[in-house]
Amino acid sequence: MARLKYRPLNLGRWIVWGSTALVMVVLPLIFTEGFTLTLMSQIGIGVIFALSYNMLLGQGGMLSFGHAVYSGLGAYFTVHALNLIAKGSFYFPVTLLPLVGGAAGLVFGVIFGYVTTKKSGTTFAMISLGIGEMVFACSLMFPGFFGGEGGITTNRVIGQPFLGITYGPAIQVYYLIVAWALACMVAMFAWTQTPLGRMANAVRDNPERAEFVGYDTHMVRFLTLLISSFFAGIAGGLNCINYEIVTAENVGALRSAGVLMATFVGGAGFFFGPVIGSIVFFIMVTAVGAITKAWAFYLGLLFLLIVLYAPGGFASLIVMHLPVLKERLMSRLWRPYAAALATGLVLLAGLVSVVEMIYHYSLESKTAPEMKLFGFQFNVTDAVPWAVAVGLLVGGFIISRFAWKAVGRAWGDIILIMQQKSA
Amino acid sequence: MEFFLISMLNGISYGLLLFMLSSGLTIIFSMMGVLNFAHASFYMIGAYFAYQVSTYIGFWPALAIAPLLVGGVGMAVERYGLRTVHKYGHVAELLFTFGLAYLIEETIHLIWGRSSMEYKVPPSLDGAAFTLFTTEYPLYRVFMMAVSVCMLISIYLTLTRSRIGLVIQAALTHPQTVEALGHNVPRVFMLVFGGGSALAGLAGVIGGNAFVTEPGMAAAVGPIVFVIVVVGGMGSLAGAFIASLLIGILQTFSVALDYSFMDLAARLGIAIGPDAPLAALWKLTISQTAPVLPYLLMVLMLIFRPKGIMGTREG
Repeated sequence: MARLKYRPLNLGRWIVWGSTALVMVVLPLIFTEGFTLTLMSQIGIGVIFALSYNMLLGQGGMLSFGHAVYSGLGAYFTVHALNLIAKGSFYFPVTLLPLVGGAAGLVFGVIFGYVTTKKSGTTFAMISLGIGEMVFACSLMFPGFFGGEGGITTNRVIGQPFLGITYGPAIQVYYLIVAWALACMVAMFAWTQTPLGRMANAVRDNPERAEFVGYDTHMVRFLTLLISSFFAGIAGGLNCINYEIVTAENVGALRSAGVLMATFVGGAGFFFGPVIGSIVFFIMVTAVGAITKAWAFYLGLLFLLIVLYAPGGFASLIVMHLPVLKERLMSRLWRPYAAALATGLVLLAGLVSVVEMIYHYSLESKTAPEMKLFGFQFNVTDAVPWAVAVGLLVGGFIISRFAWKAVGRAWGDIILIMQQKSA
Repeated sequence: MEFFLISMLNGISYGLLLFMLSSGLTIIFSMMGVLNFAHASFYMIGAYFAYQVSTYIGFWPALAIAPLLVGGVGMAVERYGLRTVHKYGHVAELLFTFGLAYLIEETIHLIWGRSSMEYKVPPSLDGAAFTLFTTEYPLYRVFMMAVSVCMLISIYLTLTRSRIGLVIQAALTHPQTVEALGHNVPRVFMLVFGGGSALAGLAGVIGGNAFVTEPGMAAAVGPIVFVIVVVGGMGSLAGAFIASLLIGILQTFSVALDYSFMDLAARLGIAIGPDAPLAALWKLTISQTAPVLPYLLMVLMLIFRPKGIMGTREG
């Protein structure tokens, strides 16, 4: 008997996926500066990496502090493969080279994953941290493979050009990244719909019950980690092609911390969360990093605020508003939101001035005491700018508390109205 | 013999310092179920506070003031940060402390810059305590051991003999009952968190000048402390003590031993040439593998005895 299937066309899903692909393809044609291209290439690779990380954190409930191990080792194997191809040891198209990284990630997933996935929760977090530190320490022990302090360099332009594609210009590499990113996004989304993807959710939510149903929770976690490490390896391989250099930083703790932050800030509970998170993360790292040296401080602060007040990340903030839009209640929110935004900007201005002034003071108060901030020129050793900055910070904090209370009240009303409607 | 004794003493003093960190972490973990990722950051803050205070009024007041300040910071973190995320579960708490560790490192960059500090051993403790065979043993190492042991005894007495210690011990296993008896358990949590941070701060005060005071010091010692907690058994103070000494001694000895597998084979009459398969692995000396050994020990422990040396529960 043929199984009957009825699936309504999920229009929203097609629109979201289609527009994502369109934006990724069209954006570099509009913004043609080299800076945007660099940023977008980083975001493209970051999206693959963060989505692979979210398989563990969001779908499998495993908080890992060592995910860079898989992407980093993938990058190292890719760089060695690329150098071997250049020497003529064997032939492999550069376009498919990230698969080498993926395979390497998978192999190391098998090696490390079996032990680490025995437990979930805090124990998993600790072990993943230990494995990450172990691999990083190894990178200094084997300079032949890891290239020591300087890392390993390569050249991606090898072999005959195919249809004019040499991967010499950055735009060609960008489209390679886009192609891989879209393919990986589709594959990883499809994975969430498979029985294994569903079981990963079950093991995350209630491992005891999953075991009673007859599933081996260790096995489910192990398989999830394998697939995740494969995609992480692909991201590593693309990183190698993009930068043409792989250093020990690629397996380091800071890289692991970065992917965790990107994923969580975007929203671990939603498939699209890590995509948003990567965009925010790389804008912070690259764009804000180009303006101020204190970017890491702002990133850490953003992460802490998300953990404290919006643990679902940016994605949850967006999703939260969908039912409100549907019920046409947004009119109640505009005014408190505008107030929160205005007061928030005052607070932000105060915070940024204080941080930038402290930074300037501790670095250059002796050599160059004058600094420029928000168009004002002043001397960092004077008292007046400090009074203004601290005043903005404290004043902004006090008035934004009022605004937040108004936002809270508006939300309370909306929830009440929606409950009455559904009742 | 001389090498052995000196390394042993160095290993024990380093192990005791590690125990000052891991004891606070263990008490906080067994009480609140929170693995405090920022614990090593409190160690770092302790060192920086001590440096700053000692530039004004000297080392001895700093020895008392810096840990108290760090304890205050710890209590504020618990009261205004951890308590807010507590409702989202342990993973959220772990993430919070992780973000905090990151932010603390950046704040240190912000205020004190990226280079290491001129935090020196005070002149009164500079010099040799005694001479062992031909090596002069530094007085400061002896002082470190003395401080650690005093602290160890005082935690033990506080936890087992004092009233607050009994309340803490009761709150470890039966927080609801303790609360029903009229004790303010959240405040006890706050005090424990502050106390644990103060211990880490004290370790920073005496460790900062023995080693180096720089923004990377938290990231250098943090993972080792986690290894100790896992190897010793999550939540076991005795286990943490054994594991701290074990890892302290292991690291001190392994750094000093310049033997490789190749030397061993050569002594047995087997020559391994530089072109032999896996030559890079065979010619590694023990001192080169030193940074990996604690993590290797942890992985082996998790394979063969997942609950740790003295642990009672698995994961």
